[in-house]
Amino acid sequence: MKNTFLTLTMTAALTAMAASAEEVRVYNWSDYIDEDLLSKFEEETGIKLIYDVFDSNEVLETKMLAGGSGYDVVVPSGTFLQRQITAGAFQKLDLAQLSNHGNMWDVIEARTEQYDPENAYSINYMWGTTGLGVNTGKVAEALGDDAPIGSLELVFNPANMEKLANCGVHFLDAPAEMIPAALAYLGEDPNSHDKEVIAKAEAVLTAIRPYVLKFHSSEYINALANGDICVAFGWSGDILQARDRAWEAENGVEIAYNAPSEGALMWFDQMAIPADAPNPKAAHIFLNYIMDADNAAAASNYVYYANGNKASQPMLVEDVIGDPAIYPDEKTLENLYTTTPYDTKIQRVVTRLWTKIKSGT
Amino acid sequence: MRRFFLIAVPYMWLLALFMVPFIIVFKISLSDTALAIPPYTPTLDFAAGWQGFKSFLSELDWENYVFLTEDDLYWKAYISSFKIALTSTILTLLVGYPIAYGMARAPHEWRATLLMLVILPFWTSFLIRVYSWMGILSQEGYLNQFLMSFGLISEPLIILNTNIAVYIGIVYTYLPFMILPIYSALEKMDESLLEAAEDLGCSRFTAFWLVTIPLSKQGIIAGSFLVFIPALGEFVIPSLLGGSKTLMIGKVLWEEFFSNRDWPVASAVAVILLLILVIPIILFQRNEQKQREAEG
Repeated sequence: MKNTFLTLTMTAALTAMAASAEEVRVYNWSDYIDEDLLSKFEEETGIKLIYDVFDSNEVLETKMLAGGSGYDVVVPSGTFLQRQITAGAFQKLDLAQLSNHGNMWDVIEARTEQYDPENAYSINYMWGTTGLGVNTGKVAEALGDDAPIGSLELVFNPANMEKLANCGVHFLDAPAEMIPAALAYLGEDPNSHDKEVIAKAEAVLTAIRPYVLKFHSSEYINALANGDICVAFGWSGDILQARDRAWEAENGVEIAYNAPSEGALMWFDQMAIPADAPNPKAAHIFLNYIMDADNAAAASNYVYYANGNKASQPMLVEDVIGDPAIYPDEKTLENLYTTTPYDTKIQRVVTRLWTKIKSGT
Repeated sequence: MRRFFLIAVPYMWLLALFMVPFIIVFKISLSDTALAIPPYTPTLDFAAGWQGFKSFLSELDWENYVFLTEDDLYWKAYISSFKIALTSTILTLLVGYPIAYGMARAPHEWRATLLMLVILPFWTSFLIRVYSWMGILSQEGYLNQFLMSFGLISEPLIILNTNIAVYIGIVYTYLPFMILPIYSALEKMDESLLEAAEDLGCSRFTAFWLVTIPLSKQGIIAGSFLVFIPALGEFVIPSLLGGSKTLMIGKVLWEEFFSNRDWPVASAVAVILLLILVIPIILFQRNEQKQREAEG
């Protein structure tokens, strides 16, 4: 009897140890989650969460294609996801382990299917648009009260940019988003994979190049919030986070986000499980946790991005669900475009063009 | 036999940490991109044995090196990196030499402390130190605040995101690598040589120029190599402090590797960078050796 008891205690102790040793490694975009959600996950599941961040799809993709990244959950954007699925970087989701899958929003799923057929490999985490963040006070000072803050004219018309250069303009360092924007400004197909059409973006971007202070994909959040720059071409939620930080700091900086009227890129960040994930089971538990309606709502309420979770919508604060910059109305939605991945040859043309624009060489 | 083992240790080191990685990179530079894991083809399949190895070799070619000659971006980046590295090496020498000289001439009991102070910055992370320079040099940064509060300038200076910031970053980061070899050369110097020179009619300045500088030559050379070589391939400093216009081969490599997912071209760029570095160093050493033999 005593022996049995001892064995039982030991087994229990060992199981407890195994459970506490279990961990899940998540690789997500920087400034992209409410940190409370991370500690809550550990409390609820007893799984240790290791959370790392990146700020460019390219960095993530290189890790995925090198293999053996050691991550269980990663968050590529749609076009990158599609290419990495082709390369065999991800494993199919096991829906039996995802009880919250019914919470997902069919409208978004229909759109992400072009990257991930039948959404077999990924779930949507957040989606948003790429557009114009402005420091309203400084821009009005430079361009007057009727400044075109909702139009690509603001950043692609050299006359405007010349006046804005003094207060600082940042662009995303993401050719796959900036070149389509330049094409949209010209009235061309932003998703063009035609060399000749892509080349037309060069003239637009070269003309305004001297007035761009920096090409960077995360610094603009702080720079906008601190009033160091007056315009950023960036991601919707990042700019709204900058608005919030400025508001909290009470530094008098007022920030507004607008999806350009000529058309704005709509993108989707998808959570997926690498083919060689060390702990796919814990990865599914994490995905299921994120798909919980309350958790998805908490994430969106914090980062100011729309999510692909229909059930979370009643829990979203008015600031998020009621803001057309985050959840666009029907009319804006029509104005949004999506892009598809470039093949290797066109990718080289695009990167080369981007280097040429940035460095003048 | 004992001698053989003694020599074998550094050679094993060289083989494991230099030759093996180099051969891997060189092999990738001869392959083609593919949408796979890893993203190039062919990959070596050990199970296929000798036949597999032969067919693997037959698929390799020099295409990527030819490609590098077709686009002027690459040689422009090499030249621009070379210029930036050379300029910052000279600047580091100009800043570092007086410091090393002062240290070597300081009273004996201070020297250990001074040496400590030179090494002290290494105790904080390199990345944090470069980041703090961003805080100092930015338009709203400490430097501009300081200068403007004293009325020395009326408009903030734009330093961050320019090549000037890159020079500041490189000189600051690599300064200890310049100071230490020069200090060790100067410390060994016999000061009575300077007295002799002055007795023989040299002014203090000519004595410095004709005696001190040549005697510290080895330190200057070692220090310059230690600064120039890492500066040439530098990536972190230009990407944090430099602007988008700062063209350096480290950044080009990054773009090839990350943006284009073209590991083969990235590897070719790296192999050429290595050759650019290694060949002049070998030539230089040959020359030195010949001189020494001629003197001996």
